[in-house]
Amino acid sequence: MPFPHRIIAAGALVLAAAVPALANPFERVRPVTHEPTRKECGECHMAFQPGLLPAASWNRIMDNLNDHFGESAALAPDVAADIRAYLTGNAAVRGDGGLARITEQPWWVREHRLRPEAWTRPGVVSKVNCEACHRTAPQGLYEDD
Amino acid sequence: MIPHALRRILLPTVALLAVGAGVAYAAGEGAARSAILDGYAAQAKAEAPSFAGFSADRGRALYLGPHAGGKGDANACAACHTPNPAATGRHAKTGRAIEPMAVSANPRRFTDRAEVEKRFDRDCPNVLGRACTAAEKGDFITYLAGQ
Ligand code: HEC
Repeated sequence: MPFPHRIIAAGALVLAAAVPALANPFERVRPVTHEPTRKECGECHMAFQPGLLPAASWNRIMDNLNDHFGESAALAPDVAADIRAYLTGNAAVRGDGGLARITEQPWWVREHRLRPEAWTRPGVVSKVNCEACHRTAPQGLYEDD
Repeated sequence: MIPHALRRILLPTVALLAVGAGVAYAAGEGAARSAILDGYAAQAKAEAPSFAGFSADRGRALYLGPHAGGKGDANACAACHTPNPAATGRHAKTGRAIEPMAVSANPRRFTDRAEVEKRFDRDCPNVLGRACTAAEKGDFITYLAGQ
């Protein structure tokens, strides 16, 4: 009886093809390729990849560098404009543009329902310290959880 | 294969060149740091005619704090740059590692004027609630250049 086998095999193939499509698109983003972004955004925290936020969120961040979540992250205007163009030009198509924080994006919250102890482990310090848990975060690879 | 005799000449020459380049490089860094300090000295004199040179002790006090009135959560430069400036720091809010501030541990420190100014412009208001004076900037660098 070859017929049911074929259906099962075809069904398995369809499933296999569907699984990667269901995976979170933010688990694999293009690494930062723009040197000023890598340098300037990478001094106080990891230089987050442009594909982690939609363009509207990047614009919110770049509009408020003088008060960057409570601290000054002021840049020379020409440097800021260059970085803004890179971030918005390579931004995510998904995400909530009303939110500036990556850690408030709905997909981020969904993916980080962890035990409270996970955040107090030595070396983590903050939710923006992606690399503490995702070793390959600087390369844009976050699938290692 | 390089003949033995030639190697006897080549190796020391290459070694000498390498050492020479290293010295020249370090001298370049020293010169860049001195130029930045000279700039702050001139500015400090203009700001206060009584200015009589930089002080590593005052720089150390600025570095270690604690200070009040900052707009960030950190109350000392040492909160991010670590109390031991020869050690690797850690950003108090984000956990990001920061290379040592002591020049002995990190010879590239205080050699890029624009970078140094950018960081003073941010870090002083975050910790002190105000800009640093030119004298304070020079004190800070003088302290760390001796560490
Ligand atoms: C909230 C964390 C934080 C605090 C507090 C802090 N800094 Fe920094 N500082 C940084 C970071 C991040 C860098 C950039 C990374 C680097 O240079 O390795 C930096 C770099 C610098 C530099 C640039 C050095 C160079 O070689 O270019 C200077 C100058 C500086 N800080 C001065 C200060 C002073 C003065 C204080 C205290 C009034 C202070 N910082 C407090 C985070 C901090």
